[in-house]
Amino acid sequence: MTITRRLPLLLAFVASTALADLTLLNASYDVARDVYKDYNPMFQKHWKAKTGESVEIKQSHGGSSKQVRAVADGLEADVVTMNQANDIEFLADKGLVAKDWAKKFPNNASPYTSAMVFIVRKGNPKGIKDWNDLAAPGTQIIIPHPKNTGNGRNTYLSAWAWALKQPGGNDKSAQEFVGKLLKNAPLFAAGGRDATTTFMQRRLGDALITFESEAEMIAKEFGKGEFEVVYPSLTMQTEFPVAIVDKVVDKKNSRKQAQAYLDYLWSAEGQENAAQNYLRPRDADLLKKYSAFFPPVKTFTVDEVFGGANKAFATHFKDGGTFDQIYVAK
Amino acid sequence: MKSNRATQEPVWVRYLLLTVGLGFLFFFLGLPLLAVFVEALAQGWPAYVEALKEPETRSAIWLTIVIALAVLPFNILFGVAAAWAIAKFEFRGKSLLITLIDLPFAVSPVVAGLIFILLFGSQGFFGGWLSAHEIKIIFAVPGMILATLFITFPFIARELIPLMQSQGKDEEEAAVSLGASGWQMFWRVTLPNIKWGLLYGVILSNARAMGEFGAVSVVSGHIRGETNTLPLHVEILYNEYNAIGAFAAASVLALLALVTLVAKTIVEWRMKAETDMLNAELPGEKTS
Amino acid sequence: MSAPAHRVLPGFGLALGYTLVYLSLLILLPLGGMILKASDLGFAQIIDIALGERSLAAFRVTFVSSLLAACINALFGLIVAWILVRYPFPGKRLVDALVDLPFALPTAVAGITLATLYAGNGWLGSHLEPLGLKVAYTPLGIVVALTFVTLPFVVRTLQPVIEDIETEVEEAAASLGASRWQTFSRIIFPALFPALLTGFALAFARALGEFGSVIFIAGNLPLISEIVPLLIISKLEQYDVLGATALAVVMLAISFLLLLTINALQWWTANRHKNAEPLEAAAAQAKGVQA
Repeated sequence: MTITRRLPLLLAFVASTALADLTLLNASYDVARDVYKDYNPMFQKHWKAKTGESVEIKQSHGGSSKQVRAVADGLEADVVTMNQANDIEFLADKGLVAKDWAKKFPNNASPYTSAMVFIVRKGNPKGIKDWNDLAAPGTQIIIPHPKNTGNGRNTYLSAWAWALKQPGGNDKSAQEFVGKLLKNAPLFAAGGRDATTTFMQRRLGDALITFESEAEMIAKEFGKGEFEVVYPSLTMQTEFPVAIVDKVVDKKNSRKQAQAYLDYLWSAEGQENAAQNYLRPRDADLLKKYSAFFPPVKTFTVDEVFGGANKAFATHFKDGGTFDQIYVAK
Repeated sequence: MKSNRATQEPVWVRYLLLTVGLGFLFFFLGLPLLAVFVEALAQGWPAYVEALKEPETRSAIWLTIVIALAVLPFNILFGVAAAWAIAKFEFRGKSLLITLIDLPFAVSPVVAGLIFILLFGSQGFFGGWLSAHEIKIIFAVPGMILATLFITFPFIARELIPLMQSQGKDEEEAAVSLGASGWQMFWRVTLPNIKWGLLYGVILSNARAMGEFGAVSVVSGHIRGETNTLPLHVEILYNEYNAIGAFAAASVLALLALVTLVAKTIVEWRMKAETDMLNAELPGEKTS
Repeated sequence: MSAPAHRVLPGFGLALGYTLVYLSLLILLPLGGMILKASDLGFAQIIDIALGERSLAAFRVTFVSSLLAACINALFGLIVAWILVRYPFPGKRLVDALVDLPFALPTAVAGITLATLYAGNGWLGSHLEPLGLKVAYTPLGIVVALTFVTLPFVVRTLQPVIEDIETEVEEAAASLGASRWQTFSRIIFPALFPALLTGFALAFARALGEFGSVIFIAGNLPLISEIVPLLIISKLEQYDVLGATALAVVMLAISFLLLLTINALQWWTANRHKNAEPLEAAAAQAKGVQA
């Protein structure tokens, strides 16, 4: 059998994992590397000082839903740090994560947040200020696929929530509005990063809708003077939920360390690290300290407007949901 | 008998074909490759080298090479065996067999990864048994090798079948009737005849093994420094707004693929030197 | 010659046995597992998923663009293989070396690069769009990406066969008075045709499954430029593994039938050609045409 042929390699691999000290694996979303690259050494130092124990931390990054599917299929991650609540719900459904995971840590188990904003060209030539400007005829928006990417879904839901809040707004008018908005998308990018490249490098579209935190990444690569950030009158507060994978920490006997690793995200150091990576800290004082990065913006959460991430997903993005209705039942 | 009206195309046809062929390659191959290197070197040579110095990039390069090497013997063995059976013998259901060999190409790489998850993942058919025995296949190197084997499965066989088919079996039959054993026939007659086809197959499957993203991505688990191959690493770097790093890593893949071609060139030279020597020793008895 | 009872060559049992065992373990077992999994859904529901408006459109886009890409590669691949084997030109070694690179380059890099080249402000797009030819973010972009990704197949399957054609045959035909075009169309092309079909089939098959490069240049608009692999991913994003496998199985079934047809055709033409005893018959044929 193919497996027995691979035995030497297999043994080598099993041995290498067995010999390591305590190792935590953090399965995370794809652009979180900068956050945890700085955070992991901070935690290692903290934990060593506190307990004398050294912990090795390994990172795995990828698309959020792909990552949780991998965890469900046997990727032995001690903790998951994601950018969509429904991904953690999925693990809870599978029994890998506690059902009440959102209550296990403060702030809905999300140590930091971000907001969906518009990136427009320098000088804002189209005068884009709010969601209705994006839906105006002749305006082109660049977003990733709303059905398949978290970034695209957040945009979709933000526009929907904004339309609901307009005078006389209801689900029907919201769907109509979002339909108009989507007609202004000449393409659906493969992912958040691809949308940025399309907008910045290939110069397509009048506005890019993305996370506030991405704006700084864009500045890093394309230069600060190339674009402006526009905060709409209402937008989604995006959460970055974290959870312990019970099944894995029980097996590896690493619950104590995993708990401490996630707890530390709410410490002063952990919060400051988030702020330095342009993610809004939960700590109010820090938010004030970094107010240059984080101007006040009126936000909603998915729980408030859509009754939870799972429900929002089922209504809008499952096959036959509102997205499909907008596109297919023309 | 060198240039002949009927063994060579008229001059204008030759130029036309050269222009069309090279033009096609320029637009569909040359420009994209050039663009990769331009992106990789956008901030100059030092930034390029710096991007490749990152330990995680280097471990990704190693893992990519290890997987490509692990896959190679399996593919050669299977390719030669399958081509031998298919090209040299008549039997029922041959077209069906060839089609089954082709099938992995038509399977979307993501699906190719998915089927191994269905088999070996913790919710899969063998998942319970594997985790009870502490054997890791998925989200570890063995799973990545399996996925790569699946993806590169048809290459060598498909390269050899039409070649061996067009060569027929007269030479082998002659060798056998002169008393050669099976192995002698294979080493002395078959292998020299198919060496270029085999080499092309190896180069192709090697390139594909190193460049594969979709299938490997599903079964890798993306653990940095551990189960990250170069193509996966390229994606992560790109998503992190490290375009230089991403394209630099991609250019390494292009260069790795060229290494096999350098090997081919060396083999060619040595073979030519050998035949030249033979010809020098046996004047007047030139082959062909 | 045709009696299988009298086999001169050794190793048939061993070679075929090994082939079948390895094929079963590595390909048939996993694919069988997938089909088994999809069968949980039931036939009616699988058909339902496959015949949805969005799926149908995606199937059309996928098959048409794969077919176009394979045709482009068959035509140009033949020319490229020919000049690489037969004509001397400066930089030939380098060009020969580059042909394999589309395989080595991760497909996402190919997609990103092609989208940048063909976008309105790209090296190529800036020349094509004034002519009214939009490539990036249209179905045409899908064809371009698939052509790039499958480029090596036809070239590399033809190259060894062209190298193998013995020039004596051509010389014989010439000495019998055939023109170069007659020699090509009557002798060389029939000899190459099976390999050409093989290359075509492989390119087509590979194009059907390709995902990584296409999504970056396709535009991914529902009903217009969504490919089947994208719908499979979309199902996975919904944690609908069953639906994803169902689509994959339908795709597999169609691909299987198409490939089977091409391969049967390929085998048939190869045998017809072989049975004609190439040298004498072809030369005679060439002479006949001349007369």
